[in-house]
Amino acid sequence: MSEVRFSNDTLTLVSKLIGRYPEGRQKSALLPLLHIAQSEFEGWLSVPTMDYVASLLKIQPIEVYEVASFYSMFNLKPVGRCLLEVCQTGPCWLRGSDDIVIHLEKKLGIKVGETTADGMFTLKTVECLGSCDTAPMLQCGAAYYENLTTESVDALLVKLNADGERSSYMK
Amino acid sequence: MAKVTIDGIEIEVQDGTTILNAARQIGGDSVPPAMCYYSSLKDSGGKCRVCLVKVAQGSAKDPRPMPKLMASCRTPVMDGMVVQSITSPEVLEARKSVVEFLLINHPLDCPICDQAGECDLQNLAYKHGVGQTRYEEEKRTFEKIDIGDKIKLHMTRCILCYRCTFVANQITDNRVHGIIGRGDASEISTYIQKAVDNDFSGNMIDVCPVGALTDKTFRFKSRVWFTNPLDAHRDCKKCSGKVVLWTKGEEVLRVSARTDQYNEVKEFICNECRFDHKIKSDWIIEGPRHIDRHSVIAQNHYEKSDLQKLKKEIDRQIEFEKGKLLSPNNPG
Amino acid sequence: MGKQFLLGNIKVPGIHTYDVYRKHGGYNAAEKALKTQTRDQVIEEVKFSGLRGRGGAGFPSGMKWSFLDQKSDKPRYLVCNADESEPGTFKDRFLMEKLPHLLIEGMIISSYALGAKTSYIYIRGEYMYVLRILEKAILEAYAAGFLGKNILGTDFSLDLYVHPGAGAYICGEETALLESLEGKRGLPRLKPPFPAIAGLYACPTVVNNVETIASVPCIVNISADLYNDIGIGKSTGTKLISASGHINKPGVYEIELGLPVEEFIYSDEYCGGIWKGRSLKAVVAGGSSVPILPANLILKTAKGEPRLMTYESLSDGGFVSGSMLGSGGFIVMDETTCIVRNLWTFARFYHHESCGQCSPCREGTGWMEKVLHRIEHGHGHMSDVDLLVDIAKKIEGNTICPLGDAAAWPVASAIRHFREEFEYHVKYPEKVKDPKHFEKEPFVSEKLERAVH
Repeated sequence: MSEVRFSNDTLTLVSKLIGRYPEGRQKSALLPLLHIAQSEFEGWLSVPTMDYVASLLKIQPIEVYEVASFYSMFNLKPVGRCLLEVCQTGPCWLRGSDDIVIHLEKKLGIKVGETTADGMFTLKTVECLGSCDTAPMLQCGAAYYENLTTESVDALLVKLNADGERSSYMK
Repeated sequence: MAKVTIDGIEIEVQDGTTILNAARQIGGDSVPPAMCYYSSLKDSGGKCRVCLVKVAQGSAKDPRPMPKLMASCRTPVMDGMVVQSITSPEVLEARKSVVEFLLINHPLDCPICDQAGECDLQNLAYKHGVGQTRYEEEKRTFEKIDIGDKIKLHMTRCILCYRCTFVANQITDNRVHGIIGRGDASEISTYIQKAVDNDFSGNMIDVCPVGALTDKTFRFKSRVWFTNPLDAHRDCKKCSGKVVLWTKGEEVLRVSARTDQYNEVKEFICNECRFDHKIKSDWIIEGPRHIDRHSVIAQNHYEKSDLQKLKKEIDRQIEFEKGKLLSPNNPG
Repeated sequence: MGKQFLLGNIKVPGIHTYDVYRKHGGYNAAEKALKTQTRDQVIEEVKFSGLRGRGGAGFPSGMKWSFLDQKSDKPRYLVCNADESEPGTFKDRFLMEKLPHLLIEGMIISSYALGAKTSYIYIRGEYMYVLRILEKAILEAYAAGFLGKNILGTDFSLDLYVHPGAGAYICGEETALLESLEGKRGLPRLKPPFPAIAGLYACPTVVNNVETIASVPCIVNISADLYNDIGIGKSTGTKLISASGHINKPGVYEIELGLPVEEFIYSDEYCGGIWKGRSLKAVVAGGSSVPILPANLILKTAKGEPRLMTYESLSDGGFVSGSMLGSGGFIVMDETTCIVRNLWTFARFYHHESCGQCSPCREGTGWMEKVLHRIEHGHGHMSDVDLLVDIAKKIEGNTICPLGDAAAWPVASAIRHFREEFEYHVKYPEKVKDPKHFEKEPFVSEKLERAVH
């Protein structure tokens, strides 16, 4: 594996972020840094990536593993280029999120938690994303796709396939 | 100083003392059990919830009762506070519930667990538990792993007391293990199968209230109640050198730190004392280890008793029974 | 149309930008507070306004502010809780997305009142696009001199930062939020000490919800007197309600506290009635954590009085026949809803979100989810229903933080009001095999049927 290192631009951003917290409290920047790292290194946090973040913040690697594994937005295993996160909690379920999940499973030929063979899509169900008025909905990267129907899901898959871009919360 | 009344017994304690420690100063049956609190580990406690008590009166100044049961291990006493431990049916019910919660995912593999006989969870369940389980779902399981060549991690047994992480934080140079994951999927782990290798790492075994962290060098060697524990010491540059040798004949099967009546280590020992001196001749033997009569370990263990000691023990038992009588719904 | 203290200008094009916001009276309150009022005066105004925490607990905000340790020589912090994650709640996202400067103005005035020189907005990680909107607005506020050194020429300086979470409902609990902001796992702290004494970095800290802070500019602008003219009793001012579920018009509505629930559900100004011409079955009125109420009890109290959208009226009858206003997450269910399945999704949520620190919550939430999953899928026993009630009872009140209660209340209330439906799942496992079991044929109470005939 090639050496894990942020670009100089990113490192400038990193020191700016660390500067938002008081002297000696640089660990506060851990979540923002993990978001950046996940976005820059293929959508997931490998051990070398987390160790690198630990070194930037001068903390023990275990402190990073503990935190990264606590929060549901961090992927500790590789994911497809587009991570589709379908909300399934009560308000979304009331308006048909189950149908959306079933449709996506059929369409992509995978089950929830799996990645398509071409590495393009990973399907995940998540808990309430705070968009209950536009249920059912899903998140892909930073974008919310709302008021989903099976037709709009089909159109979305076509669009994401055509773009071919890796989804990221930071874009 | 603050005056506090626990189950009708008044005691004056230093300001800032927790309810649990005030109760320990009184002694007897009113002392709340503790599965996660550990007096020599800073910030421990508050998590397992077996030590819940009812604060019937907050303080002399503000006599209102506290609205919820409080974790006695982390709640400081106030002057004039009135606490109910075993005299509150609500408290006994809550403790029983916590025992049930702690057991639903526990493997109950005591017959093959090295901790059996000296396990806090076993004792707690015996005292508060019910005879049958209402849990019919699948239990959570984890693979057993070695963290280093001396310690076995049997995560399935863990009750997530966090004590071992406090040990790693507070008495070793750097912590390489921690709590990974969230909720009931949390686990003690090094995450990357790293060895916990540190001069004081062995203390994690002693602070573990269950059989999640056990001494690999003692693994399946003997049931603890068949061993003969001896107090012993040696000159050690790293630690106090005060230990317990768990022996069988001339053989030293295990070395551990000494624990008090609440099963807590006051003086942690180094790994050299624990793992590298398993010959009696390395130690100055002080005599047989005093083991609480309630422990199963006391079974094969006879101490030469002097009358003073015997009288003390009888007094303690009388107090113990008195405490029991205080409990309103005590069946026996 | 009621008074709109927060969303009055929501339809103005470009109101999310500094220039438009300013042109429509934005930052006037900040100017007024910083230039003409002392810190104590602002705190007194907020106290007098009767404003209560809009995150869910409804604690009087002015009182919370007055607990802040003013004697400490440590820095003081204001942290805005934008970790909105309570199922059924999305008002803060709406407010921050559409009116970022209203929150920023609220942060300026509140920080001034509390003596905070650095303040943070902790926003849930999933709202990353909203974070970008806020950061852009903050830059505009710096450029306009409302943030930074010596704001408006006064000796008050403030730095304001947005901090992302990363997916954890528990971080909406204020001490878990502070842990998370310190770069740790979001484990709630044991209290005492409370954040007002030892919060962020062990310094005196106030944590307030987005809507609470956004209400402050209005209070300063129109005066506390006029603010508490709106509402009834201890429920003063307006409240944002997130309306979702089986209604014709889901969305965020600003209501005057005191609006009748019936009007809120059926008026075209708000929810616009139940969708598809169906009838109302149940409502969860304050976010997933609060007790569910059947149609008859949400529209009228047990005493037969009309139920109002106030803290007091919604909790009338306690947990026997009442609920809570909570976060204002108003989830409506029509006659085809399976209460068991809805509850199972909630139970799954709390199981997923339990931090795992204390045993009753860690073990109990998972247990409840598994039992509910069994019942919903036709593998339940009659004894499971009482078992669920008992597990909920044993979690409630025995945990470190309120997540335990939040997980227990929905279970206890659903069984309290809809026990027959749980028993139906056990009695007729083959009838609940189809996940959409009540959609084609709504559940009908046998007891009611018998009573009618």
